[in-house]
Amino acid sequence: MTAVQHVHRRDFLKAGALTVGGLLLGFTIPAKIQAAAQGSGVAEINAFVHIGVDDIVTLIIDKAEMGQGTVTSLAMLLAEELEADWTKVRTEFAPVDTAYGANQGVFGSLSIRTSWNRLREAGATAAELLVEAGANRWGVDKSVVRAENGTILNTRTDERFSFGELAEDAARLPVPPNVAQKDPMRFRLLRTSPTRLDTPAKVTGQARYAIDVRLPGMLYAVVEQSPVFGGSVASFDDRAARGVSGVRNVLQVTNGVAVVADNTWAAMEGRKALKVEWNEGPFGSESSASIRNYFQRLADTAGADARVEGDASAAIAGSSASVEGVYEAAYAAHASMEPYNCVADVRENSCDIWVGTQVQTQSRNTAADISGLPPENVTLHTQFMGGGFGGKSRDNYVVDAVELSKAARAPVKVTWSREDDTRHDAYRPVSYVRMNGAVDADGWPSAWRAQIVCPSFAGLRNGIDRTAVEGIANIEYAIPHIQVQYTPPELPIPTWYWRSVGYSQNTFFAESFIDELAAAGGKDPLDVRRRLLADSPRMLNALEVAADRAGWGTPLPDGRGRGIAVVNNIGSFTSIVAEASVEEGRIRVHRMVCAVDCGHIAHPGIIRQQIESGIVYGLSQMKGGITIENGRVVEGNFHEFEVLRFDEMPVVETHIVESREMPGGIGEASTPPTAPAVANAVFAATGKRIRKLPVRPEDLA
Amino acid sequence: MANIPFTLNGQPRTVDVVPEMPLLWVLRDTIGLTGTKFGCGMGLCGACTVHIDGVATRTCQTAISNVSGRDVTTIEGLSSDGSHPVQQAWVEVDVPQCGYCQSGQIMTAAALVRDNPSPSDAQIDRAMRGNICRCGTYQSIREAIHRAAALSNPAAANAGGVPGASNGGAR
Repeated sequence: MTAVQHVHRRDFLKAGALTVGGLLLGFTIPAKIQAAAQGSGVAEINAFVHIGVDDIVTLIIDKAEMGQGTVTSLAMLLAEELEADWTKVRTEFAPVDTAYGANQGVFGSLSIRTSWNRLREAGATAAELLVEAGANRWGVDKSVVRAENGTILNTRTDERFSFGELAEDAARLPVPPNVAQKDPMRFRLLRTSPTRLDTPAKVTGQARYAIDVRLPGMLYAVVEQSPVFGGSVASFDDRAARGVSGVRNVLQVTNGVAVVADNTWAAMEGRKALKVEWNEGPFGSESSASIRNYFQRLADTAGADARVEGDASAAIAGSSASVEGVYEAAYAAHASMEPYNCVADVRENSCDIWVGTQVQTQSRNTAADISGLPPENVTLHTQFMGGGFGGKSRDNYVVDAVELSKAARAPVKVTWSREDDTRHDAYRPVSYVRMNGAVDADGWPSAWRAQIVCPSFAGLRNGIDRTAVEGIANIEYAIPHIQVQYTPPELPIPTWYWRSVGYSQNTFFAESFIDELAAAGGKDPLDVRRRLLADSPRMLNALEVAADRAGWGTPLPDGRGRGIAVVNNIGSFTSIVAEASVEEGRIRVHRMVCAVDCGHIAHPGIIRQQIESGIVYGLSQMKGGITIENGRVVEGNFHEFEVLRFDEMPVVETHIVESREMPGGIGEASTPPTAPAVANAVFAATGKRIRKLPVRPEDLA
Repeated sequence: MANIPFTLNGQPRTVDVVPEMPLLWVLRDTIGLTGTKFGCGMGLCGACTVHIDGVATRTCQTAISNVSGRDVTTIEGLSSDGSHPVQQAWVEVDVPQCGYCQSGQIMTAAALVRDNPSPSDAQIDRAMRGNICRCGTYQSIREAIHRAAALSNPAAANAGGVPGASNGGAR
């Protein structure tokens, strides 16, 4: 099968900006690594490269940009092998179509991992076609012709054609199979950090997010949703709301009661005047305390085995030095800076939606279901996302917008308030884990047992939701006796993917508990990890680099401690050493030294951005969490759901470990080891062991 | 409804809206300048920051009636071409990730750098703590503000000479 192929313009789907002729190639970026590994059947084309007669190289990709730098790093993969002039490279978001694959989206830190080979292959193939077109023009052998900085060069005569001058010729040549790609050590663009392609638009206010979309005749809506999970509208009184200047309509929708107005503020004012009576349902009396009691009871019962090696219970019972720690994490909201929103324009035979979504195909299908139109009549316009972190892979707000546009017979923008975004999110699950362990006569960890109670959202397989146990069950530590059990509670609170998923809480539990075992055995936390990771070279290396750069073991100012943590997730290996103290009852994080082995790298600047970003996300989950009272979320705005602020930012040092392994992910690499590194540093500084996220002042007292 | 005159990015402008309407929604929905962002609606995140008579101000907490006769500069008016020193510094450091909060960050930073040609890290902390970034660009912003100060006022930067000293050699 030829992986790269010509595409006829007449067959090419809607990707608007290609107004000039040229060379158009289609190829496949596997949506998931598993699919690529299986290599089954004919892959669907889901990416295109166009080289225009105007010399502009356009990469049309089925991904989306939520800040992770995907459009830039993917374009670099292509441009490197194509020998393109980087200043003439553009990207465009593809429309949703089965031609672009079955499940378009950005999740699981997969973009670079799934694109590394294919985009470079596409670039190399396009370059080869241009070289051949040049050789034909000059009537020379192609061995004397090469691509260089957006041109095709005749090395004998120093004559050049621009890519654009040869693009139409190249489009008529057969696609060569198996074009060789560069040795990564010869990269000229990759492994450097050109300014991100989206930066100029983002410093001038020109970058357009879904919330910025404006259409002629567009109305603005907000939706009052049931404050209690699982509740429904009993009745509502909209007389006062309709009296608010600018309010056009008030109507019941799937997610609650909507106020439609001439502008967002009028809709919000109308909503304040709206009176809704709710059927609260059975969950109205529940709280974080009652959920905790429920989880505690479940932790006392046997769960499904997620991992069993040796006999952990016997080893713990027989040890003179056993340790128990109960660890907990609260629900966490995604809290993207751009609240959930969507614009829909439903007409007789068409539906257009403008949305920042991590799951374009799913959002398109939702719009089709709600509008009653076939999916091919629905056009999804992918917009920049103002943050995503997993949260924008749901689509309640698509439902709102399509329902309201259909009812209003006009374009409608639905905007969730910050309070809506916090209180009606799908959360990183609440979790309760009882950890038990033991050390042997020499003080080294000998047993590891965990009872995990955590809601399931990704489905059970042999009783196990992988997302609930990852980070505890799959530890690489060579401990002879391991037993990890899992029990899924049933709750009506929606839970979902949240940056680094199960690792976001479980690596905090596991990396804190391994420190507890180190302390029980009188060992240095770094030495314990070194010994137990002797057979995990990439983890060990990340650990050693972080420890070395942080000066592990060197003196610190009074009151400060160092803590270390390490994780293997998303195909990358990440270790952090934190320096922290407790000041005025709060944790102060001074310095975070991070070493990451993420295999071959595309853009080191974006890697640093993502490491810093993941650390801030991890520090934020130590600060703010979601509390339930009377079946409702207590926290609404940023004074209640607290996130890290500027003056709390530690110095972050990122060290990228030189690696020739296949690329790993980066967007979720540094969140998991952040909280445990800090908690372990607090223990080193104060002797106080933190076992809960977020960290409340009473947990430090 | 009331006719309210003010100056927007150097041009006279009159809007006919209810006087309580926050400037944020006048800019975004009535006028169509969407670079100023909605983040919280309570003055807690800074995404909606513009300059009113040169002062960095939260537009979600500013009724349009209070803007009458005053001078408003939004991100779109900070420069015509992204050439303001803060914008230049933001590009050099490559600050934005998702970018959503950056208009507000830039407007807050522009007021800081104008008023204080060589801000210390502590002064930057104080000025910027009201602007939330969930992507965690704070360290890059700190570096960019030092850089912007140097671009705005080369003499001060040469004398003070500490741009980026706080970032621990991370870049």
